[in-house]
Amino acid sequence: MKYALAFIGIVAGALLVTAMMLSWERPPMASTQLGPRGLGMVAIKNPRLEAKLQKANLVPESDPPAVLSGIKVKDSKDYQNVQVLGDIDTEEFNRLMGAITNWIAPEEGCTYCHNPENMADDGLYTKVVARRMLQMTRAINTMWTPHVAQTGVTCYTCHRGNPVPQNIWFKNDGPAHAGGMSADRQGEGLASKVVGTTSLPYDPFTPLLAKGANIRVDATTALPEGTSKASIHDTETTYALMMHLSQALGVNCTFCHDTRQFASWSESRPQRVTAWHGIHMVGDINETYLGSLQSVFPQTRLGPSGDVAKVNCATCHQGVNKPLYGVSMVKDYEELRQPNP
Amino acid sequence: MIEYQNLFTRVQVHGPADMGIPFNEKGLFEREGTPRFVYLFGKLGDAQVGPIYLGWLGLLSIACGLVAFEIIGLNMWASVNWNPVQFVRQLFWLALEPPPAKYGLHFPPLREGGWWLIAGFFLTTSVLLWWVRTYRRARALGMGTHVAWAFAAAIWLFLVLGFIRPVLMGNFSEAVPFGIFPHLDWTAAFSIRYGNLFYNPFHMLSIAFLYGSALLFAMHGATILAVSRLGGEREIEQIVDRGTASERAALFWRWTMGFNATMESIHRWAWWMAVLCPLAGGIGILLTGTVVDNWYLWAVKHGIAPHYAFDMWAPVLDPAIKGQ
Repeated sequence: MKYALAFIGIVAGALLVTAMMLSWERPPMASTQLGPRGLGMVAIKNPRLEAKLQKANLVPESDPPAVLSGIKVKDSKDYQNVQVLGDIDTEEFNRLMGAITNWIAPEEGCTYCHNPENMADDGLYTKVVARRMLQMTRAINTMWTPHVAQTGVTCYTCHRGNPVPQNIWFKNDGPAHAGGMSADRQGEGLASKVVGTTSLPYDPFTPLLAKGANIRVDATTALPEGTSKASIHDTETTYALMMHLSQALGVNCTFCHDTRQFASWSESRPQRVTAWHGIHMVGDINETYLGSLQSVFPQTRLGPSGDVAKVNCATCHQGVNKPLYGVSMVKDYEELRQPNP
Repeated sequence: MIEYQNLFTRVQVHGPADMGIPFNEKGLFEREGTPRFVYLFGKLGDAQVGPIYLGWLGLLSIACGLVAFEIIGLNMWASVNWNPVQFVRQLFWLALEPPPAKYGLHFPPLREGGWWLIAGFFLTTSVLLWWVRTYRRARALGMGTHVAWAFAAAIWLFLVLGFIRPVLMGNFSEAVPFGIFPHLDWTAAFSIRYGNLFYNPFHMLSIAFLYGSALLFAMHGATILAVSRLGGEREIEQIVDRGTASERAALFWRWTMGFNATMESIHRWAWWMAVLCPLAGGIGILLTGTVVDNWYLWAVKHGIAPHYAFDMWAPVLDPAIKGQ
């Protein structure tokens, strides 16, 4: 008995150590102070994972500048049905079309969106989507500078060579539930990767990444004066969205917040203001641009509840607090930084 | 008088099973089961298992606890569509959630928190019956009821979290879900919603008593083990004898920190330290949301939260407020 116990203990210990080695990250971690001393406002990064992340976020080389033809697209008979990019030079237009193909459909080529018999034809839904996305890109680069600053975005920021960006979301009702009289999950209580493998609400996006959503949960007065009506469930939903932000940007809470009071703006880092605009920008993108394509997408492109694919922080950021490590691609494609006609 | 004298040794000595003192209560139940010896139990405590006294209170308590356990477990299983693999894989994540806020204190439909209320009722009944049992068994043995009152302190916190505070808030959605990780998520969200529980002075006290209990337990356990070679476990017998284990233990603390507990007082210290942890914690939870909505702001108002200079960048202002 004594030896059996010791044996079981050694085996269990060995299994635990193996599991630990396989799933944990080894020290040392690199830590950088982010705020006043004594508040634990520190960024913790694993320097050994950084190289991999950098490789996954490389910026493709820009095409050489176009040799201008001097003719605007809208003045040329060769280009018909150009609704967004009519104001640019035809050579700039061709260069941009080539770049878009490389950014979005490198394998599928021009015919992913265009009918080769008639390039002006809107018969393929992808062309209609692409047009709306061009309007969106211009809107982001001109109207959402509080978030994207002068770095801006291009198609590549999200697409990275994929016709459908890898990080998108649909309304998520979770896997099948027994139904009947059995207790509803209330949108939480599953191991969900979206929210850092916690049991927090697994779809914080539908309620919070929409226009006019209320993310704030803290009371702004010490005593109950009705400044917050948020329930614990509302708080968990906000918490879940913040877990997503944290994962998407590869940062921890203290990148923006002083965690002794998440709500306090005067104790926050300036990055929180950028993030605030980002959350509102995403709500605008989802409603104004992606939402408007509801009837354009074929059934196969819609989610389980029949909604269009939408964006969240990970769509652009992909694990880095500045997408593509802050390299501006739009400076080589200024036509994507013009106001929409 | 002493039927069984504990020896401070890890050697397991098996004699005939101890059946306990004669039983003079009239009732339907006697002690059940033939005593057995389990080596593994002997590693932790007494190797003897049974006979056990359940009685009506024990049986009812276990029955109610089982009902609560089944309601919670079956609803968790239903939440993964009766999939046995997912039930096991996600067991720590699964939950039985309290009713959504819209139902207030009204009884909600079964699927929207009704089961939570029923499970809570049976679990509470089970716990309260077990409390009566600890009280009555202590009385039957002619003991004091210290264990029962210590247990009552834990029940106070349990009731504040799941019943008293939700009723005061007028909403069962404020209560804790059943589930391993879900109740931890609740704890984190609760602290965030009410502006950081660490600034709640009763939470501070509760932590002090919790850590104090651990410290005191370590000090006492270490002291008694250290003098066991001198017969230190016979605490009370030795208390007035010079040169005994007990006197050495007292001297050790008087020499190292100038003050020593007595063999009697150390146990009162330990009892109060442990009991005050959930008592203070329960008060802290009870005040949260009912009389204080944001503990951090409360702490700033009363000069508890220290000020830190955020002067390494231009002042950050709330972008939602127009004109900033």
